[in-house]
Amino acid sequence: MSLSEKEYLELEKQINLDDIDFSDLEEKYEVDIGLDNYVVVDGAPIAPEAKVPVLIKVLKKLFNTVGKVVEGDEGIYMPLEDGKSKGYLFVQFETAEMADAAIKQLHGKKLDQKHRLLVNRLTDIEKYGVEGAVPSEFTAPEVPPFKSHGYLKSWLQDPAGRDQFGLHFSETFGVYWNKKKNDAEPVFEPRKAFTSKYAKFSPKGTYLFSIHPQGVQSWGGDGFKSIGKFIHNQVRLIDFSPSEKYMVTLSPVAITVPDSAAERAVFPFGPESEGHKLVIWDLTTGEPARTFALPPHLEGQKDMPWPLVKWSHDDKYCARQGPGALAIYETPSFQLLDKKLVKIDDIVDFEWAPAAVKLANSKVVGGDHLLSYWTPERSNQTARVAVMQIPSRQVLRTVNLFQVSDCKMHWQSEGKLLCVKVDRHTKSGKTLFTNLEFFKTTEKDIPVEKVELKEVVVNFAWEPRSERFITISRLDDGNLNPAIPKNTISFYASESSGNKGKDLTSVYKSYKDIPNKHSNTIFWSPKGRYVVIATISRSSGELEFFDVSFDDDKNKGLPANPKLLKTDKYSGMTNLAWDPSGRFVTGWSSSWLHTIENGYRLYEFTGNLLRDELVDQFREFIWRPRPQSLLNAADRKKVRANLREYSAQFEETDAMEADAALREIILARRESLEAWRAYRAKYAGKTVQAKAVQDQVIEEIKEEIIEEKEEIIE
Amino acid sequence: MRPIKLMGHERSLTQVKYNREGDLLFSVAKDNAASIWYSSNGERLGTLEGHQGVIWSIDVDPETHLCATGGGDLAIKLWEVSTGKCVFTWDSPSPVRRVAFSPDGSKLLAIADQVMGHIGTISVYNINHEQPSDQSVEPSLVIETPEEGAKATVAGWSANGEFIIAGHDDGYVTKFDATNGELLDTLQAHGVYTEEKIVTVTDIQFAEDRSYFITSSKDKCSTLIDVDTFDILKVYKADAPMNTAAITPVKDFVILGGGQEARNVTTTAESQGKFEARFYHKIFEDEIGRVKGHFGPLNTVAVHPDGTGYSSGGEDGFIRVHQFDKSYFEFYVDAAERTDKSAEKI
Repeated sequence: MSLSEKEYLELEKQINLDDIDFSDLEEKYEVDIGLDNYVVVDGAPIAPEAKVPVLIKVLKKLFNTVGKVVEGDEGIYMPLEDGKSKGYLFVQFETAEMADAAIKQLHGKKLDQKHRLLVNRLTDIEKYGVEGAVPSEFTAPEVPPFKSHGYLKSWLQDPAGRDQFGLHFSETFGVYWNKKKNDAEPVFEPRKAFTSKYAKFSPKGTYLFSIHPQGVQSWGGDGFKSIGKFIHNQVRLIDFSPSEKYMVTLSPVAITVPDSAAERAVFPFGPESEGHKLVIWDLTTGEPARTFALPPHLEGQKDMPWPLVKWSHDDKYCARQGPGALAIYETPSFQLLDKKLVKIDDIVDFEWAPAAVKLANSKVVGGDHLLSYWTPERSNQTARVAVMQIPSRQVLRTVNLFQVSDCKMHWQSEGKLLCVKVDRHTKSGKTLFTNLEFFKTTEKDIPVEKVELKEVVVNFAWEPRSERFITISRLDDGNLNPAIPKNTISFYASESSGNKGKDLTSVYKSYKDIPNKHSNTIFWSPKGRYVVIATISRSSGELEFFDVSFDDDKNKGLPANPKLLKTDKYSGMTNLAWDPSGRFVTGWSSSWLHTIENGYRLYEFTGNLLRDELVDQFREFIWRPRPQSLLNAADRKKVRANLREYSAQFEETDAMEADAALREIILARRESLEAWRAYRAKYAGKTVQAKAVQDQVIEEIKEEIIEEKEEIIE
Repeated sequence: MRPIKLMGHERSLTQVKYNREGDLLFSVAKDNAASIWYSSNGERLGTLEGHQGVIWSIDVDPETHLCATGGGDLAIKLWEVSTGKCVFTWDSPSPVRRVAFSPDGSKLLAIADQVMGHIGTISVYNINHEQPSDQSVEPSLVIETPEEGAKATVAGWSANGEFIIAGHDDGYVTKFDATNGELLDTLQAHGVYTEEKIVTVTDIQFAEDRSYFITSSKDKCSTLIDVDTFDILKVYKADAPMNTAAITPVKDFVILGGGQEARNVTTTAESQGKFEARFYHKIFEDEIGRVKGHFGPLNTVAVHPDGTGYSSGGEDGFIRVHQFDKSYFEFYVDAAERTDKSAEKI
């Protein structure tokens, strides 16, 4: 059937076209009119007609830097009015991509003092500029309902106070309860491909992080449920602020903001992050707090110094080191402190004090923020180590040094002391030796004490919360034969002399030297007193367990009395770690480094080997950190006083673990004890009449004459 | 723990008892003199002479003013502790097996044995402390052996003198109202846990607050019983007939004593005689230790009221006075118990 034209028109009149929904067709046959190639530029200078061609020429040149403007008059159209340009123009690029590039790069571009170009997509004008396209009334965005992740610190409520650790082997990662001698008990079914690189706990153990090509994933709570995703393409390194408020991630791939609006909506970074590689995340919200570009001198470096962002102990400040300057940011705004950099010529390294420091004359409640840095020797200037107060930026103390080849700053865990290990060279420059400079930050004017050594110190470690430290040193005599053991382990403590209270000068003195060792690493127990000194090398591995306050009659009262408790050979060992409670030590051999004896060993702090596990393709052993204990000093003292009572209970638990029959007996005992207590509680308030009889203490003093003697004195 | 050996009696001991302060130890034996000793050093303060034969039982009032003894010579004697003089004598229809002061010292109970045609009785006498020599001759209350029950062998007072608890020859324990002698409760405490034929209750001693008590029996068991509910709380099983049992204050222990029957003693070696004082954990019912020393069965034990020591009297005629060591107080069977105690201290 065919309709004549006339008939059709008749028909058309009858049908109201407005009633028909063509939207599906419109969508299907939508014509791409190429408006994506156009941009609208506002904020251009208003020029008289005569000068318009010049202006167009200038602008064309500018826009050609980012793309190709269509040749001829169609390229740029600048409407005129009353013989003047109107301050805006339309630019047509050859492709839509060029238009995008122009928007990205030239939006907000300052043409001169007075004129800033505002570059927008032409289609955007239609989209947002038309009346009604954007609702004029605010509608609150829908807040997604709160999803609880459970109690994130649930592992701390373990009645036996056990610690958790993560095991990473082949492609699998699992978290386990430490059960000493017995097989570790998995917290969740170990997962294959849990992480593409490594897993990491946050500093207080609340979260577990896994690394994926798309970004970082956090886990936590009972059974380690997924908590959040941090999208950062190809992320490599991650780090955390000490209070686990922020996370820092670094990727070798620069952030590129996606072009399409839909993708942009879910992309965490705005256009200001374009090209940046370093991201600071707020862990609670999961949003990026600040992004940074990599400093140019680190770009393309193979061995990235990490962490790139160092945090003050309370997360209040963080700092990055750039060439010749420190950038200190305040949280949570992440704006530069006082809006300017701290210029320090040639700065090599800096460290924050790990705790609030109570300065001698300071009135700051809770202590000050300090950081230390050092600068090397320059032609007519000595090397310097300085301690700076933040936020005042006041340099409290500087020490000038010469013939310096390297410096390492070691803060004592309470921030009371800073030891700077200064490796110096002789005038000939052939051999090295070390000076230790001790900054006493809590004393007036920060006195500095020096310990000069003939040897070069290869390792230094403070005992946590103490003034004792251990050094491993070596005489630099040019003999490089690695087979000869020539490291010396020295145990230092301060020997206080002078009158108490007044003029208290402490001198650091070595209480024990153990020469001719291969040992190269020091691992203090997190609770102090015990230390493992290990040899970690390709050829041999060894652990030596020391008690630094060994209690024997001979050396009572000495500030340090180191005693070797146990030695164990572990040739494949690549790493070593203490558990957060200071009760266990694990050494492991990681397949990341070699394939000899991959697996781990669990020791007691005294060096007793509890477990020796060989695991194929073993990668990493990580203890789950714990937050700071809530017990105050008095509580701790109380626990220590009743240690025997408490430890007996734990021993019984251990026995119960070991023997099921015994377990039943003990449980039955517990039950009957409970029942008895409940029974006796009934009588607790009842007075007993027999007691009403008053006690009377009668004291009788008898004097007896034992002997009577009469002496006559002449 | 080095005991003091008191060798003042010529024949086997029948009962030892501390006064309330624990400084004096009273002992009676099958010879006819009771002795009073300083518990700290074992020095004898004196003897109470007057009985004509076996003295079965002794007790002292809470103020250590008067002391009562009951013997096989059908006499209950009241003594003044400070002088050692006999101030009063009651006649009993049959041998007196047990005497006991009420907790406030105002009453005295005496068990007359069911022999010589006498029906076993528990008699209660009011004590006149003002005039010790002037006592009413007649008991204020007489409880006769219930018709179907067996004779009472031992008895004691519950808290505030409210009830009289008696142990019987057939292993039963009964509770009487101390004011009118009404039988309130009865319970078979012995002969249940073992299959012994002789189930005589041999001793009853109370806890510090008298809310529960311990019994011992020839059936090789000892039971802990609550006064109010009259339920058996705990059972301690031994391997020989038990003659005596005591509850220790401070520590949750009980001490049991006994051993081979006296008549078999001569035919068994000392090591087989089981003549030790046995320490059981009161709550867990586990035996935790034994103290050797006697070479005859233990007839009686008494614990110092402060829980610092105990004394035992044996068939061998000796009293051994023990002081507990430091390790005794530090010993805990269960770690939970230990932490519990240390928490109390804090």
